[in-house]
Amino acid sequence: MRDVRDALMVARNTDGKLVRRPLSPHIQVYRWPISMALSIAHRISGVGLGVGTLLLTWWLVAAATSDAAFATVQSFMGSAIGILLLFGWSAALIFHLFSGIRHLVWDAGYGFDAPDYNTSGWAVVIATVVVTVVVWAVGLMAW
Amino acid sequence: MVAFNLPANSRIGQGKTFKAPAGAKNVREFKIYRWNPDDGKNPQMDTYEIDLDACGPMVLDALIKIKNEVDPTLTFRRSCREGICGSCAMNIDGGNTLACLKPIEEVGGAVRINPLPHMPVVKDLVPDLSQVYAQLRSIEPWLQADSPAPPDGERLQSKEERAKLDGLWECILCFCCSTACPSYWWNGDRYLGPAVLLQAYRWIADSRDERTGERLDALEDPFKLYRCHTIMNCTDTCPKGLNPAKAIGSIKQLILERQV
Repeated sequence: MRDVRDALMVARNTDGKLVRRPLSPHIQVYRWPISMALSIAHRISGVGLGVGTLLLTWWLVAAATSDAAFATVQSFMGSAIGILLLFGWSAALIFHLFSGIRHLVWDAGYGFDAPDYNTSGWAVVIATVVVTVVVWAVGLMAW
Repeated sequence: MVAFNLPANSRIGQGKTFKAPAGAKNVREFKIYRWNPDDGKNPQMDTYEIDLDACGPMVLDALIKIKNEVDPTLTFRRSCREGICGSCAMNIDGGNTLACLKPIEEVGGAVRINPLPHMPVVKDLVPDLSQVYAQLRSIEPWLQADSPAPPDGERLQSKEERAKLDGLWECILCFCCSTACPSYWWNGDRYLGPAVLLQAYRWIADSRDERTGERLDALEDPFKLYRCHTIMNCTDTCPKGLNPAKAIGSIKQLILERQV
């Protein structure tokens, strides 16, 4: 910790000597509820989408530059690494979409009670898996 | 500040083991966080083998048995043993709850007990609550009104007005929720945390209080209120079954409503 709480980390022992208190364990010992995992996944997928947008930009810029540049991007996107990146990007997009809807529902004042927030959490996970699989099944068939 | 690793002086070492008495049949291990300000050592996990046939049903019963019969140096807070004082809040089996309300049978395998997470440790399972108490004070948790009270009785509420306080007044300030919240772990210097925000909403929602606007003004802050990212650990862990996340959501809605 490097903030004002640091002041609370100092104490005196029985002899009156200054000692440094330990910080109790937190993320090391906490059992993760589904909502906690989805919360950090929402942030990670958001960051991933930001980075992934570079791919989209590269693709658009290449399309506007020349046939050769576009062909380079297309062949990269069709390679194993490209497909893996696209898969990750699409999964992140779909997860972030459903998780975002869950956040909007909370912001509207609904879904705070147990077990609603657990149900909606699992619904987001299932919807993400199903929609990602369907998108890729359709995409690969059309390819 | 986000720091996933514990500081060097807080890393937990292997501690002592206290064996169960010979002939005990129903033995359960309790692994308990120990830190003594006087021995100059890092915290350690001590293991106590307890015969559950000779112990009460709750985790607090086991702690009291250990203190009385096995190791009198074990330090923890407790008082009412019925979930109304909030003293015995601690992290049991990875979740924050009251030791007096947590049946040992609900835990599979060894019972791991730590102090409330991400807090300065006074000794063993006793965390320093100065910060949360200071934050509670900052939201002025008492009735404030300019109109004088009726000379012949209390300030009255309708049944509907009174019902708005249900799920808020029951909070016993054990701080299980605040210390379960990752936002509070990382930003607890400026974020008020779920327990204090639930208390803030308890006074905002009170029809007799006349400081609603000022209370909302004080909370309208990127850190004090808006570090809540609806992680839901607070509601998930509350031993009284209350809903701090919903109370925080209600504050956010009230602030939004007065802007439109």
